Amino acid sequence: MEKNNEIVMSVQGLSKVFKSGILNPEYTVAAKDISFDIEKGKIISLIGESGSGKTTVGKLILKLIKLSEGEIIYKGKNISEIEDKEETKEYYRRVQGIFQDPFATFNPLYRVDRVFDMIFDSFELGFEDKDQAIRDALYDVNLNPDRTLGKFPHQLSGGQLQRLLIARALLMDVDVLIADELISMLDASTRIGVLNLLVESCKKHGMAVIFITHDLNLGYYISDKSLIMYKGRLVERGDTKKIYENATHPYTQMLFEAVPEIGERWDPDEEFLPEQVVKDVKEFYQENEGKGFVEIEEDHSVLFSDK
Amino acid sequence: MSENILEVKNLKAYYDILKGQVKAVDDITFTLKKGEILGLAGESGCGKSTLASTFISRKKPLKYISGEVDLVGHQIMEMSEKEFKKLRLRTISLIPQYALDAFSPTKKIKTYIADLARQHGVKTDKKFFDKVKERLDLVNLDESVLNRYSIELSGGMKQRVIMVISTILDPEFLIADEITSALDVSSQRFVATMLANLRDLEIIGSAMFITHDLSILYQIADRIMIMYAGNFAEIGPTDEIVENPRHPYTRALIDSLPKVGIQYKDKRLSGIEGTPPHLLNIGEGCRFRHRCPYSIEKCEETPPREKVAEGHFVSCWRWKELGSDLSGKK
Ligand SMILES: Nc1ncnc2c1ncn2[C@@H]1O[C@H](COP(=O)(O)OP(=O)(O)OP(=O)(O)O)[C@@H](O)[C@H]1O
Ligand SMILES: Nc1ncnc2c1ncn2[C@@H]1O[C@H](COP(=O)(O)OP(=O)(O)O)[C@@H](O)[C@H]1O
Ligand code: SF4
Ligand SMILES: [Mg+2]
Ligand SMILES: [Mg+2]
Repeated sequence: MEKNNEIVMSVQGLSKVFKSGILNPEYTVAAKDISFDIEKGKIISLIGESGSGKTTVGKLILKLIKLSEGEIIYKGKNISEIEDKEETKEYYRRVQGIFQDPFATFNPLYRVDRVFDMIFDSFELGFEDKDQAIRDALYDVNLNPDRTLGKFPHQLSGGQLQRLLIARALLMDVDVLIADELISMLDASTRIGVLNLLVESCKKHGMAVIFITHDLNLGYYISDKSLIMYKGRLVERGDTKKIYENATHPYTQMLFEAVPEIGERWDPDEEFLPEQVVKDVKEFYQENEGKGFVEIEEDHSVLFSDK
Repeated sequence: MSENILEVKNLKAYYDILKGQVKAVDDITFTLKKGEILGLAGESGCGKSTLASTFISRKKPLKYISGEVDLVGHQIMEMSEKEFKKLRLRTISLIPQYALDAFSPTKKIKTYIADLARQHGVKTDKKFFDKVKERLDLVNLDESVLNRYSIELSGGMKQRVIMVISTILDPEFLIADEITSALDVSSQRFVATMLANLRDLEIIGSAMFITHDLSILYQIADRIMIMYAGNFAEIGPTDEIVENPRHPYTRALIDSLPKVGIQYKDKRLSGIEGTPPHLLNIGEGCRFRHRCPYSIEKCEETPPREKVAEGHFVSCWRWKELGSDLSGKK
């Protein structure tokens, strides 16, 4: 069934160091030595606490910032070597992002239709009937075109705007979609609809999605693969079920202990301190010094030491 | 007034704007017992924060319309602002939604705390700061944070500082509005547990914990109240609400929550189609009726609040007939 998975993008040894300040420059290692493959039509969750480097990885893939080290190979080609104008344009068409705050993506002064006009103006999308294509894409994401087109952003809800952006990605026949904290501002009842839609679109159109979140339950629900990031490092990577059943890195384990779940109460006698994980990770790395990033079972790897 | 610290009866508060009235708190009735943590949940925009503001500030355009609120014997809707101010921090205290964003990056934490205390007429002498340090220790923060700037602290640490100041005068009633929403899961657990600890230590009397995240409420709330589009939908003991919800909206909300162990591939969760109604000049009728799979003609009238069991109330015409097994369609 799922053999011969086609790899659309391969991220290899990705690092990003931000430099801030001119006189006394400070360096922030936002991402270090990140490697993973993105398969056609698959959903990958990228999970980690705030500041762990998730957005940075997303922006590197979107070619919004320059990488410090490593390579991103898209359809056999190193994206840093894409310089040709047409090729760059093609890349920006096929690799897209949807961000946390959908309102920020829309210009409040224009009707929402503009996001569609813009892509039809910029790209050769190959539809015979542009208006029909837009309507079809809107139906695909459960939006009624007559109640959506012609509206201003503030007249639609956050969930509707996000669905509109998914529709746009579908029209553009995107290969890789980066969804950064996509549904965090939606309500439980609305967000599950957007999620289902994302999975359906992705299976139907062969679009791969990197789903950035800090909600483990949501990550588990929709993704085939998971990446856990902690302080700029990829600490656990692999098949979602395997990671969830056999979480091995102390940071991943802590996440599972902390996640609130209906039907299972936190142990009131256990003293839970967010600070504790820093010590636990340090000890774990010391105990396993020299081991590095190891595959502990098929399609499940763990960072045992950072040196 | 028995052991209730708060009794809210038919409370209405609307935003009075040019186009009319946004009916964000419309006929809300509930009580809060001493020592109880009441969770308040509901969709974004359903009026949770407005309910909190109705108790505390009522800044324009929010206007109190009718109803009663009895807080440990004080009829707070009838009090003047000056009188009410004396209750702030001592009897009632609010941690507002987005309080985290209110930290000024140029102020030291110490200054921030002192300014806030003074605003509420609290003396910021050595005794005060000794107590602050004691409480910081309780939330596992070193007193050295006092000399740091807010940008040096993580969101979770800032939220702990906020909890310390909001409860420094041991309020009888604390309203915590989305105190976990912007935090990482580890800090969420710490901060939520802290709220329960403060109650156990009797530093706070009772609390209303507002969040859109039911799974956090499940962890620490004694009872849960669900609001929908400015109306009361259901209130009941936490386990009852989760296991035997009577309101179709409560059921839908619980069913849409993903849990570890459920993958899209194996089981598709369902959400609720559509969006909540606009509250501007909204008229009669159950406000959930356009999305409710069970709605009938009767639902064009506003359903009354009825008792299901001790401490469990619901507003739905069909709660009895539907039972708690709301899986079948109409
Ligand atoms: N100043 C205002 N003027 C008019 N309407 C307002 C005002 N503030 C809020 N509202 C409206 O009142 C309703 C309730 O808002 P409220 O902030 O109480 O929601 P909430 O339940 O706290 O939502 P969230 O989960 O997003 O915090 C919404 O429909 C909102 O648009
Ligand atoms: N433009 C930037 N300049 C300097 N530092 C940055 C910049 N963007 C991100 N960082 C830093 O990089 C780290 C990772 O950030 P980010 O990728 O945004 O994390 P996440 O998305 O997981 O919250 C943080 O320490 C952040 O402060
Ligand atoms: S009153 Fe009617 S519309 Fe409202 S929740 Fe009950 S059945 Fe549904
Ligand atoms: Mg981010
Ligand atoms: Mg609110």
